[in-house]
Amino acid sequence: MQHGKYRFIAGFLIVPLAIYAVFVIWPFVQAIYYSFTDWTGLSPDFKMVGFDNYTKMFDDGTFWKSAQHSVTYVLLLPVVVLALALFFAFMINVGGRRRKDAAIAGVRGSAFYKIVYFFPQVLSIAIVALLFQFAYNPRNGAFSAILRGIGLGSVQPDWLGDPNLALWCIMAVLVWTQVGFFVVLFSAGMASIPKDFYEAALLDGANRFTTFFRITLPLLWDTVQSGWVYMGILSLGAEAFAVVQIMSVGPGGPADSTTVLPLLVYQKAFRDGQAGYATTIGVALLIITLIFSAIVMRLGRRERLEF
Amino acid sequence: MGSSAANTNGVGRRDLIKRSAALGLIAVPTMGFLASCASGDSGSDDKTEKGKKSDKNPLAVNDSAGLDFVLFDGGFGTEYGKDAVKLYEKAYPKAKVKFSGVEKIQSELQPRFNGGTPPDLVDNSGAEQMDMGVLVGKKQLADLTPLLDAPSFDDPAKKVRDTLRPGIVEMGQYEDDACYVFNYAYTVYGVWYSQTALDKLEVEYPETWDDMLSVCAKAKKQGIAGWTYAGKYPYYIPFSLFPFIGKIGGREVLDKIDNLEPNAWKDPAVKAGFEAYYELFKKGYILKGTPGLTHIQSQTEWTQGKALFIPNGSWVENEAIKTTPKNFQMKVGAPSSLDKSDKLPFGALWASGGEPFIVPKNAKNPDGGMEQLRIMLSEASSKNFTAKVKSLSAYNGGTDGMKLSTALQSGVDALAKAGDNVLNPRLQDWYVELNKQKIGIGVLGEMMAGRMTPAEAIKKCQSYADATAKDDSVTHYKHR
Repeated sequence: MQHGKYRFIAGFLIVPLAIYAVFVIWPFVQAIYYSFTDWTGLSPDFKMVGFDNYTKMFDDGTFWKSAQHSVTYVLLLPVVVLALALFFAFMINVGGRRRKDAAIAGVRGSAFYKIVYFFPQVLSIAIVALLFQFAYNPRNGAFSAILRGIGLGSVQPDWLGDPNLALWCIMAVLVWTQVGFFVVLFSAGMASIPKDFYEAALLDGANRFTTFFRITLPLLWDTVQSGWVYMGILSLGAEAFAVVQIMSVGPGGPADSTTVLPLLVYQKAFRDGQAGYATTIGVALLIITLIFSAIVMRLGRRERLEF
Repeated sequence: MGSSAANTNGVGRRDLIKRSAALGLIAVPTMGFLASCASGDSGSDDKTEKGKKSDKNPLAVNDSAGLDFVLFDGGFGTEYGKDAVKLYEKAYPKAKVKFSGVEKIQSELQPRFNGGTPPDLVDNSGAEQMDMGVLVGKKQLADLTPLLDAPSFDDPAKKVRDTLRPGIVEMGQYEDDACYVFNYAYTVYGVWYSQTALDKLEVEYPETWDDMLSVCAKAKKQGIAGWTYAGKYPYYIPFSLFPFIGKIGGREVLDKIDNLEPNAWKDPAVKAGFEAYYELFKKGYILKGTPGLTHIQSQTEWTQGKALFIPNGSWVENEAIKTTPKNFQMKVGAPSSLDKSDKLPFGALWASGGEPFIVPKNAKNPDGGMEQLRIMLSEASSKNFTAKVKSLSAYNGGTDGMKLSTALQSGVDALAKAGDNVLNPRLQDWYVELNKQKIGIGVLGEMMAGRMTPAEAIKKCQSYADATAKDDSVTHYKHR
């Protein structure tokens, strides 16, 4: 039954591939094409300008700042989010004290924590950003109130208004919204690890630390790696854009201290009427994203464990 | 079986799926959204035929043609637009008007402009305003001269042009005599304050900078800040700072800045203005935490009496109405005099058009769009606008016999006092990016937060202005 196999497969794939080509591949090609034009986005006439947009980009200080922040986000956010999520998931599923009937269990109240961690995920990112914008209000926001409450009334930062703090304030919000999703994802992954492994480890006298690094993490590696890519895309793309756009001074400020690449693309295309230049920055973003995925794929390659 | 670890050579099934998934994920955030605005065909030629010109219909509107009117739905709401549409329908009963209130002008209209099928009349306003400089530069707007030269709605002996407030026509002009933009509202910018709060401190509105400093000092003793501003949107600071500079050094200083002339920012008047404002920070007269506040938050602190003064425009009355106490007595003041050598007398202030209406060149029924504007410029429509949204309109006068609020009345008084000394800096409508991102957020916000000295600020402003002057992709304009 080998003959006609490829025709059979092609028959199934042709429609999805066509859709993929029209809605994913073609926009890519178009965007790259537009990056060589002076298209404004407000009028249908434009002309080719060669590499002008690219030379402009290399001289654009705001672009370099944005790129620097985007790279900071893509390097730091996945580490922080995944580390926190792994820690929480481990504590919820495995890290509890041993009880009589079960060899492994989560900490007390773990079912409750699981739900609480997931809460931020059900809120739209726009709402989360708005809520935190109020919390970061230096006059009467929650964070300033907490500082006053614990007797640090003299330390009253401007939060989002301070160029040294703003980027981290925004990053904290992204961490807060994303951790819950990965806690649930990793919990599911951990649930599929056979209990015997843990029991055997217990019998050998392994503590929580060794259990985590010798059993949980290796068996969860595939999930972690997918999470890594997913988180990286989020921090380069839409989520980072939304929080910076809604929360930051300007947006993008103070003094370009929070601007990120997708925000710059948006501002150039939809504020400054420079859609051609915006696609150029989009191409730069695409390249950074590709480099990121390539690195993650390479670093993450290891022998898959079987059980 | 079930292991893919064996597939070390070539691309395994799982690997393939994984990679294509990753590629798909990349595609969406990076460029997918730009694709939605792929360029369409050039403008369509199916223009509506002209109607018959008459005294009642000086623009020769086709009385049965449809009209497509898009109004920005923001601080002023849409009611005044709907009222004007009713008048249009009354004048042309056969015409069908499609009216829509839109909050995100650019998201909704950019594809239509790009595709060559824009509406007939647009109020291009709000945070998502389309860049006028680009629209004009790309020849997307119709010349409104026929409207300006048409007889006015109320008095056929008067042209529309002669019924307007100062600066309205000039603001619509870019590189030639054509007028592309019509600002329907008239905004008074300046230092906004509460008369009640000043009375409580037993002080008058400070007409000199020394008085300003002593009023702030007096307020500080009672735990009230002198100033606050929209720290998250520092491009509100120019509303009082730019006319202050213009008052110190004369109109030419601001014109030079708008024209992006070399060393325009190095004028002594700019230095004097920056240093005076920086002093407010140095002396601790700015409300704590201001750099982290939005415009709404800072306005709320102000209406709650935590600060005396705020740079703003006359829309603030309507915008802050919910938090304003009944006895607030909101007023606007012209910038204080710095010293006796100021070029312009006290009273000089920034007033100019707001709510920019445009008639797209590729519109089907541009005459209808202009006729709708002509109707809105009747005395009755103008009064209706002022009554509903608490703002003056481009129609000169037309407030007689109306009961004005304190804020609106103070605006009318300020305009009367200013006389010919109405300033109109154009940076904010000519060079949006330079004004907002570079100078507003990049320099003024930093200086007022105390992170940049006036000397550094001037240097930065000049270098940003020079960069914009050199940038060929930006259309450059000059005062004429």
